[in-house]
Amino acid sequence: MENIAVVGVGQTKIERNKLGDTFADMVYEATKKALDDAGMTMDDIDNVITTSNDFWDGRTISTMAVNDACGGGLAKNMSAVEGDGTFSAFYGMARILSGVYDTTLVVSHVKGSESENVLITNAIFDPLYMRPIGLDSINSSALQMRRYMTKYGITEEQCAKVSVKNHKNALKNPYAQIAMDISVDDVLNSRVISDPLKLYDCSPVSDAAAAVILAGGDKAKKAKKPVWVKGVSYTADAYFLGDRDLADASALDKAALEAYEMAGIEDPLNEIDVAEVYDAFSYMELMWYEGLGFCPPGGGGKLIDKGITEMDGDLPVNPSGGLLSGHPVTPGGMIRLIEAVLQVRGDAGEHQVDGVKTALAHGINGACGQSHCVWIVGR
Amino acid sequence: MGKKRTAIVATGQTNHRSSRLDVNGIELINEAVDRCLEDGELTIDDIDAVVIGNMDHFEGINYVDMWSIDGTGGFMKPVFKLTTGGTTGSTVGQAGYYLTASGMFDKVLAIGWEKNSESDTTAAITTAFDPIWDRLVFAGAIGGLAVEAMLYLHTYGATQEDAARVAVRDRKHACNNPYAQLRKEITVEDVMNSPMLSDPIKLLDVCPRTDGACAVVYATEEYAEKICPKPAWFHAGAVKHPYNLLGDTDLVGLRSMELAAKEVYQKAGIKEPLKEIDVMELYLPYSYAGLSWIEAMDLCKPGGAPKLIADGKTDMDGELPINPSGGVIATNCIGATALLRMAEAAIQIMGKGGARQVPDVKTAVATGFGGCFWSDMTVLRSTKP
Repeated sequence: MENIAVVGVGQTKIERNKLGDTFADMVYEATKKALDDAGMTMDDIDNVITTSNDFWDGRTISTMAVNDACGGGLAKNMSAVEGDGTFSAFYGMARILSGVYDTTLVVSHVKGSESENVLITNAIFDPLYMRPIGLDSINSSALQMRRYMTKYGITEEQCAKVSVKNHKNALKNPYAQIAMDISVDDVLNSRVISDPLKLYDCSPVSDAAAAVILAGGDKAKKAKKPVWVKGVSYTADAYFLGDRDLADASALDKAALEAYEMAGIEDPLNEIDVAEVYDAFSYMELMWYEGLGFCPPGGGGKLIDKGITEMDGDLPVNPSGGLLSGHPVTPGGMIRLIEAVLQVRGDAGEHQVDGVKTALAHGINGACGQSHCVWIVGR
Repeated sequence: MGKKRTAIVATGQTNHRSSRLDVNGIELINEAVDRCLEDGELTIDDIDAVVIGNMDHFEGINYVDMWSIDGTGGFMKPVFKLTTGGTTGSTVGQAGYYLTASGMFDKVLAIGWEKNSESDTTAAITTAFDPIWDRLVFAGAIGGLAVEAMLYLHTYGATQEDAARVAVRDRKHACNNPYAQLRKEITVEDVMNSPMLSDPIKLLDVCPRTDGACAVVYATEEYAEKICPKPAWFHAGAVKHPYNLLGDTDLVGLRSMELAAKEVYQKAGIKEPLKEIDVMELYLPYSYAGLSWIEAMDLCKPGGAPKLIADGKTDMDGELPINPSGGVIATNCIGATALLRMAEAAIQIMGKGGARQVPDVKTAVATGFGGCFWSDMTVLRSTKP
């Protein structure tokens, strides 16, 4: 693959309710930070991709709300991806690889505080068969967690360990929304949200925006702090939950394999130095370990038991605190990419992992991780 | 231009009606996808990636890209969704280009669709606008268009009959298109006598609401000519999406179209568009657009469009036939509409237009329109870029 680099990143602090900010305010902040980070101005940007979701924004063509906040307007060719920011970053990269553009700014935003999560995620499901029974992102994930625990003998304690780890990691991330030092018992004793999911197994409602600048060719070579894209792939699984075994992430298996192949990675656990994965719920992180090939199917529990994914483990996962510590829906995966870039650059501050050469970022789309996008970035 | 030369090699569209009660959304999408694959003698296994677009508030389905997997054939493939309002079809079409030109995929399926019969389109469009400043005064699509139409009449001294001729032309062309929704000729008098919707726009000046879907396959040079003897090569694309507040939009002349046209003409080396372009498929949701916007595309001087239309220059046998398919005034399945324009432009280059075929098309232009007076533009050619 031709050399493409992430040359600038920016994110707002993730908060429960950014009462003082509109969508545009948040996107402007992230854009400005990414431009400053890259040492660029809007004049250096060829084209812009926005990322949002009309349901979450309560607004048809939600990109319209942020068109000038991200410097788009008449001057730039723009487009708008709906879904997770990792997918829009992929499209931004494809536009550079096409040879038509040198630099793409990709932005994403969401205000969970102005949304009704239950109604919005109920609308993901089939209107005839699944919506009337009240499925939403939380109770469908509870079904998935139950299936995962049943099939592989994963315990609630093992899932809780993810929550403990990530919330603790978040203490060192100034952008995180919820950072706390809790115990496994705290997680197990927190109130049940949708059995077996308990409060601390779940990511919070969040507001945030994020931005990345991708560049190719000379623009990438001349960048101040380029982090190179080594491999990237995305794959979608079946829609109906009953058409999948919810305990497995076949789409992630495929996306990860393709991304590894592109990056020349054969042994992900040893060759990847840090991973930022989409831990919307604690059990998901364990499932994604398996899909990402860090361990065999059903091995996620053992991986966390052995401490391999702790900050001082062989492969720290979510040193930023992950989504459990702040879950802005469409920027969720993009922030994982940003964190992976910061880790490679050595710019991750107090949550920096030592000696990171290769980092993984992961985004998901749809219910119960129907679709996955995997990025490998490195020096 | 892009590193990889890329062409549209296959197209498929549904039979369009105001209400397709016989299919659900996924089946509607599948009808277009099946026909597209059949057109290219392809199977879904040949497709490397899928990109889809529509407006989720219209049908009330969140994450349409995930929901429609069974209809798109996206199972275990890379899939994402684009949504830019009325321009969705053209941004999806351009994404098909970028994804193949990038070298990441050899063959990409681009899909646009809409089942308007299951939606309240005006209510959904109204939510596009700023909730504090614009939403209360900008009711759906037609209000803003009426303001634009009135300004055009006022600025250039054109008449309502001048606009009506655009609808008459497109509705006549639609009779040649077996897929068009409204296939009945109308006269200027019919337009003038139809019910007033929003002065000066009358019922027959505007597009219908349609259920429909469209799909195209893009392929890279290595595959294009093997799939299609006369592929429609992508030469230039531009999208111009300005907007924040309605008051910031200049409604005399479509500024976004002027800039898009300037960009694609420059990229494609077009100096005299009226002479050099063989056919145009334009996203004209109402008749007045057929006057003002072709001026923005530099087919004639500002104010010159009524004469160009009346002289028959844009008829099927004219110098530059516009909308041989019947265009949007005959069929408007919003998320598919702009992709239909690209598909129809490609069909003209491929020579597959049947009764709506313009002879010997070498250069075809397609546009998209949406958002708050946004424009997308694409130049396709029979020759490689």
